[in-house]
Amino acid sequence: MSSIPSPIVEEPVETAGHDSRIRLVLRRFLRQRLAIAGFVILLLLFAFAYIGPHFYKWRYDQIDFEAFLQRPSATHWFGTTQNGFDMLALTMRGMQKSLIIGLIGAVLSTGIAAIAGAAAGYFSGWTDRAIVALIDLILVLPGFLIIAILSPVFHGRTWLIFVVLLAAFQWMITARVIRSMTLSMKEREFVYAARFMGVPDWKIIFRHILPNMSSFLIIDATINVSSLILAEVGLSFFGFGVQPPDISLGTLIGDHWESAQTANGYQFYFPAILLVILVLSVNLVGDGLRDALDPNAGSATGSGAASR
Amino acid sequence: MVYLAVVVLIATSANYFLAATALNPRSNFEGRNPPPPPAVVDAQLTSLNLNDKTPVVERFGRWADGVWHGNLGLTIDHDSVNTEMRRRVGVSLRLLLIGSVLGSFCGIAAGAWSAVNQYEFSDHATTILSFVILSVPTVVLAVFLANAGSSFNNAIGHRLVYNTGEYTPGLEAWTSANIVNRLQHLVLPSLVLILQGLAFYSRYQRNSMLDAMGSDFVRTAQAKGLRRSQALIRHALRTALIPMGTFFAYEFTLIFIGSIFVEKIFSWHGMGEWFVQSIQKNDVNATAAIGMFVAVLVLLAGFLSDVATVMLDPRIRRG
Repeated sequence: MSSIPSPIVEEPVETAGHDSRIRLVLRRFLRQRLAIAGFVILLLLFAFAYIGPHFYKWRYDQIDFEAFLQRPSATHWFGTTQNGFDMLALTMRGMQKSLIIGLIGAVLSTGIAAIAGAAAGYFSGWTDRAIVALIDLILVLPGFLIIAILSPVFHGRTWLIFVVLLAAFQWMITARVIRSMTLSMKEREFVYAARFMGVPDWKIIFRHILPNMSSFLIIDATINVSSLILAEVGLSFFGFGVQPPDISLGTLIGDHWESAQTANGYQFYFPAILLVILVLSVNLVGDGLRDALDPNAGSATGSGAASR
Repeated sequence: MVYLAVVVLIATSANYFLAATALNPRSNFEGRNPPPPPAVVDAQLTSLNLNDKTPVVERFGRWADGVWHGNLGLTIDHDSVNTEMRRRVGVSLRLLLIGSVLGSFCGIAAGAWSAVNQYEFSDHATTILSFVILSVPTVVLAVFLANAGSSFNNAIGHRLVYNTGEYTPGLEAWTSANIVNRLQHLVLPSLVLILQGLAFYSRYQRNSMLDAMGSDFVRTAQAKGLRRSQALIRHALRTALIPMGTFFAYEFTLIFIGSIFVEKIFSWHGMGEWFVQSIQKNDVNATAAIGMFVAVLVLLAGFLSDVATVMLDPRIRRG
């Protein structure tokens, strides 16, 4: 039964208006100056982190034995650390890790939320109760505490475990929203049609329910990028996150925050200010996407031209 | 309520199991020179109920039995967890209470104010401020404010606010000088938490207030002869506050996590600092106690937000 193609219910969102919808969303996004600024800054930061190191003469693991603890100069643009490492090279390296952690973590977290939330809403009964109870349980114990407690376990192993843990404590609230969206979508005609044609449950969830929430999922993933970057910084600051041979913006801030009040404040301020710019631009893009994809939702900056 | 209590119970137990399996107290002895004989290490660990050769369920049993009788066990340094906790809870609660209460109050006020003045300068200023604060990690915000505090002191040529410690040692307790001194120490750390609460709440409150202001009952109230300010406060603001109750419980955990950073950067000796130290020292019992503390606080915050919802929403009270 399920092997029979079902052309009638195929992708209800993606029928005739697909191309024009993308164009419409793009037009709405481009109308917002702040969101575009955020997007451009984000691109520049990506270039800074990934292309920058190729054009800079110092490497992040290279020690300049003639320059310990030097203020920013023509040779070392962001100055050097106590051990002679170049601060700009370290910052670029740290930014790479923060960006990749934010991106992988956000996709993972939204993915978990989508699957768990849709399963809870669609299957109801025990699946629903178990997932809702799990969400409540994880919400009582802040993820920060759990990851900190678990940190000795991933010491000396790959930082990917850390990203998975970050995502594992980020999905709950999104999953709740997706669950309630699924509950109402379950009663829609195209889902009934698919069900009566014998399309398997999982296929209905992935082909019909989740694609219909794509706007929400995209917005959520974008916002998760910034919250994951912030969470990474917080945990790494205490040494509970990214571990020594690896460098992230969090470890840099953790290593150098005490210099902030001294004459060597540059060691703290360069990574910290770049971090703030990064998170700010991700948030601006997220906000702009919300206005573009979902004009009825309120936006934080209130610049949504389409909404009012 | 019962459901929440069960959730807290499970969360606390889960926290103990995680701490007991992830942390490794035995490694504290590994670096010692000369290495202590294994029997001594075992005896030490067993006396603390930390020996990893005992099955974790058995250790949990002993721990849970102690907790039931009001004894949270011993720290890794053979001190009582209870004593240590009593010393630190007050320090943290002061920060947490001020941060959450003043933070949510300021946030609600700012959100409502900017909704009433929609699209005016104050609205844009509040929105941009909260947007920026939400993009700044607590660590960075705290370090910024600590520095701003010392610059401020330098600028006025007098030490008005302090950015290290909880009080200046050597002052006699409960004198006016001591209280003023404590307040001077309290300003900056609380400000960090208040600013975050403000940023968190004002966004939601603004949206919720805008919705309420557009509804018919506010217009009816004004039509019946209430002044605009009365209609806004008694009808719009009250309705707009209802959804905020649910955020309170969620925001409280954020405040607690924020306080961990604040305690570190301003060198306060509270629960947050203790949590970081316990993990670094592989102190299972202390970590478990802190987990319980947090779970109970979250439960209380959830309870308070339910109470607030019932007080604000007559529909729930009747049903």
